[in-house]
Amino acid sequence: MKEFKILAVVVFFTLVTYYLVEPFAHSQMHAHVESEGFSYDDLPALEKKGDAAKGQELVMGAGGCIGCHSIEKAGFPAAMTPVDNSAAYGVNPPDLSDAGGIYSPKFLAALIKNPAHALKVEHKFTPESGKMHPMVAFYGAGGDIDQEVADMVAYLQSIAPKPDQITPAQAFETACGRCHAVKYEDWTQIGEMPKFKKKRDELVFLTQLEDYKANLMNYMGKLPPDLSMYIRSRGEHYLSTFIENPQNLLHGTAMPRVGVSAEGAEKVIEYLEDAGDPKRAERDSVGVKVMIFLLVFAAAAYLWKKEIWKDLH
Amino acid sequence: MAHFTKATSVHDWLDQRLAVDTLQRVLSKEYWIPKNINFLWAMGMVLAFTFGILLVSGIFLLMYYQPNVDLAFDSVNYTIMREVDFGWLWRHVHAVAASVVFLIIYIHMLTGIYYGSYKKGREIIWISGMLLFVAFSAEAFSGYMLPWGQMSYWAGMVITNLFSLGSLEFNGLVEWIRGDYVPGQAFLDRFFMLHVLLIPLAILGLIGLHFGALRIPHVNNQDGEEFDFEEEAAKYKAGDKKSSKVIAFANDFLAKDMFVVSIYLIFFFYLVFWHFGFAMDPINFDPADGLKTPPHIYPEWYFLWSYEILRPFPKDPGLIAFGFAQVIFFLLPFLDRSPNAVPASRRGLFFFWFWAMVIDLIVLTAMGKLPPQGIYSTIGLYAAWVFIGLWVALPFITKMEKRV
Repeated sequence: MKEFKILAVVVFFTLVTYYLVEPFAHSQMHAHVESEGFSYDDLPALEKKGDAAKGQELVMGAGGCIGCHSIEKAGFPAAMTPVDNSAAYGVNPPDLSDAGGIYSPKFLAALIKNPAHALKVEHKFTPESGKMHPMVAFYGAGGDIDQEVADMVAYLQSIAPKPDQITPAQAFETACGRCHAVKYEDWTQIGEMPKFKKKRDELVFLTQLEDYKANLMNYMGKLPPDLSMYIRSRGEHYLSTFIENPQNLLHGTAMPRVGVSAEGAEKVIEYLEDAGDPKRAERDSVGVKVMIFLLVFAAAAYLWKKEIWKDLH
Repeated sequence: MAHFTKATSVHDWLDQRLAVDTLQRVLSKEYWIPKNINFLWAMGMVLAFTFGILLVSGIFLLMYYQPNVDLAFDSVNYTIMREVDFGWLWRHVHAVAASVVFLIIYIHMLTGIYYGSYKKGREIIWISGMLLFVAFSAEAFSGYMLPWGQMSYWAGMVITNLFSLGSLEFNGLVEWIRGDYVPGQAFLDRFFMLHVLLIPLAILGLIGLHFGALRIPHVNNQDGEEFDFEEEAAKYKAGDKKSSKVIAFANDFLAKDMFVVSIYLIFFFYLVFWHFGFAMDPINFDPADGLKTPPHIYPEWYFLWSYEILRPFPKDPGLIAFGFAQVIFFLLPFLDRSPNAVPASRRGLFFFWFWAMVIDLIVLTAMGKLPPQGIYSTIGLYAAWVFIGLWVALPFITKMEKRV
C-alpha cells in the first residue's frame, strides 16, 4: 500500500504542474471568446418573406449584382479573370451560385444594404481614409427596400445547394479561398493549383498568382496567411470564433466578418481539419488497437512479476 | 592465444569466443539489487525504454526530414504528417516522448534526492546523471529547432542570445554559435547535426558511465540500510531467496521493472493518441518568420523553472542566477554535509528542504510560462529567491542534522 501512496504523491504533483502550465497558463495568455452560434445578433432580423422570382429580377437587373459577381449556375460566368478582378476591386468578388447555402440569410440581407457594416470593416473605410468599400450598397429599386432585399436573398437560396449538400471545399473556397491559400490542399487564391505538363504553363499560372497576391496585399495591407496548418496552430475553438467575428480576437484586423452560417462554419473547419490534421480518424483507430495490446501486455507483465516474486517474499 | 575446442553447440561456440555465460552472470543473473525498493526504482528502466522509443522514432523521422530552411517545415507537417504512412504516429511518439522523458527524469532525480542516493560512494552516479540531464536538455533544444516553426526560430534566437553573456556583449560568440547574424540555414544545419549525431553519441556514452557508476556502490534501497552485498548474495545463491536482502537483476528486478514499464506505456500511448497537445506547442505550427515575433515566447515546460530564475532579474544578475541554477544540482553531494544517507523523512530539516524545493520548482515552472506581469512576476521573483536561498541554506541545515 505504501507504493500506492507514493504513486498518489507523484500523480498529484504531476497533475498540479500540468494544470498550471497548460490549461491555467493558456487561460491567462489568451482572451477567451464564446461563440454566439453564428446568430449575428448585432444585425437586424430578416422579417419579410422573400419571393425568389422577384429576387431573380432584382439580382439580374436593378440590384446590379451581376455587374461584378458571376453566377455560373444561372448562366453568368465571370466576365474577367481573377487577376483583373483583383486589380479592379482589390479582391476577386465571389461567384454567387452557392452563396445562399453557405452564408447566413440575415447576414446576406445586411450585406446587400451596407457591406462595410455587415463585414465589420467600417474602421478601414472611414470618410477620412478616402476609401470606399468596393461593393456598392443597394439603396432600393423603388419599392420597399426590406422586401427587395428579402427577395434577392430568397433567390440566392433557391439556386444554392441545400446547406447539408455543400462540401467542405465549396464552403472554404467561397468563404475564405479568395484571400487565403491552403498549400497542403493545392489551393491558391485563384483556384486549385493545376498539374502542369509544361514548365511554361506553370510559370504563366504562377505569374498570375503573384499578380493576384500583389493586388490582394495592396487591398488588405498584408498578404493573408496560408491556412494549411491553422487547425493545429489555432485550434478549432479559436478558428470558429474568429470566423464568427475576427474583430473579437484580432481587434482592427482588415479581415472581414464573412458571415457564414453555423453549418457553413462547420464545413470550413472540416476543410481545415482535412488540410492540417487529415489522419485524425486513423489516429483514433490505431490508438484503440495499441491500447488493447498494451492492456494484454500489462496483464502478462503482472503475471510474470507475480510468478518470479513468489519465491522472493 | 586461448585454446579453442570443437564446439558442442552454438551456445558453446559463442561462449568460447565471447564468454557469453560470464557476461550474463556478471551483467544480469548475479548483478545484485536490493529487495527493499518501490516502483520509483523502475524509473531507470522507464527512462531507458523512453530513450529507445526516441531513438527508433527518430530514425524513422530522419528518413523524411529535410534540414533546409525552405523545406523543413513542410517536410515535417506535410511529408511526414500527411504523405508517409504512419509518419504522423512516429512524429507524435517522438514529440510526446521528448516531453515525457523529462517528467521521468525529474521523478528519477527527486527520488535520488529524497532517498539520499547521491552520497557515500554514489556521487559519480549523481554527477553522471546530471550530465545526462544536461545532454538531454541540449538534445531537446536542438530537436525543437528542427520543425522550423515560429517557436523553433524564436526560442533559437532567445537561447543563443544568452551566450552574449549580458553586458559582456560577446556578440561574436553568438554569431559563431549561430553561424550567422540570425538563425538561418547554417544554424539549422548545425543543430540538426547536434541532434542526430553528436548529442546522441554523448548520451550513449553517459548512459554507459551512469550504469558503470552503479556497480561498485550498488543501488540504494528505500530505507538507506547498509548491508553486505556479498553475504546477502551468498544467501540468495544458497537458495534462501526469501530472507536474502538482494534480488538478481534478471529476472527478479526485471520482472518488476517490466510491470512498471507496461503501466507507463499505457499512460504514454494515451498521451500520444489523445492528449499530445502539451508536447506540441500550437505556435510551432506556424512557419518560422523572422519578421513576426510571437506575443508570448516560452520554452517547453521542462525548461520553465530555470527560465523563471533568469527572467525576473535585471539582465546581468539574471544570467548569474541562471548559471547558478544550471550548475547547482551538480554540487548536491558536496553541499549536503550530513553523513546520513537515509530517506528525507528521517532527516529532520532536510525533509522540509526537500518539499520546499519541490513546491518551489513547481511554482517557478508555472510562473515561467505565465506572462511576466503583475502578480505573476512578483511570485516568480520570490520563488527565484527561495530557490537560491534553499541552496545557500542546504550546507547549514545538513551540518546541524543529527546522525541517525
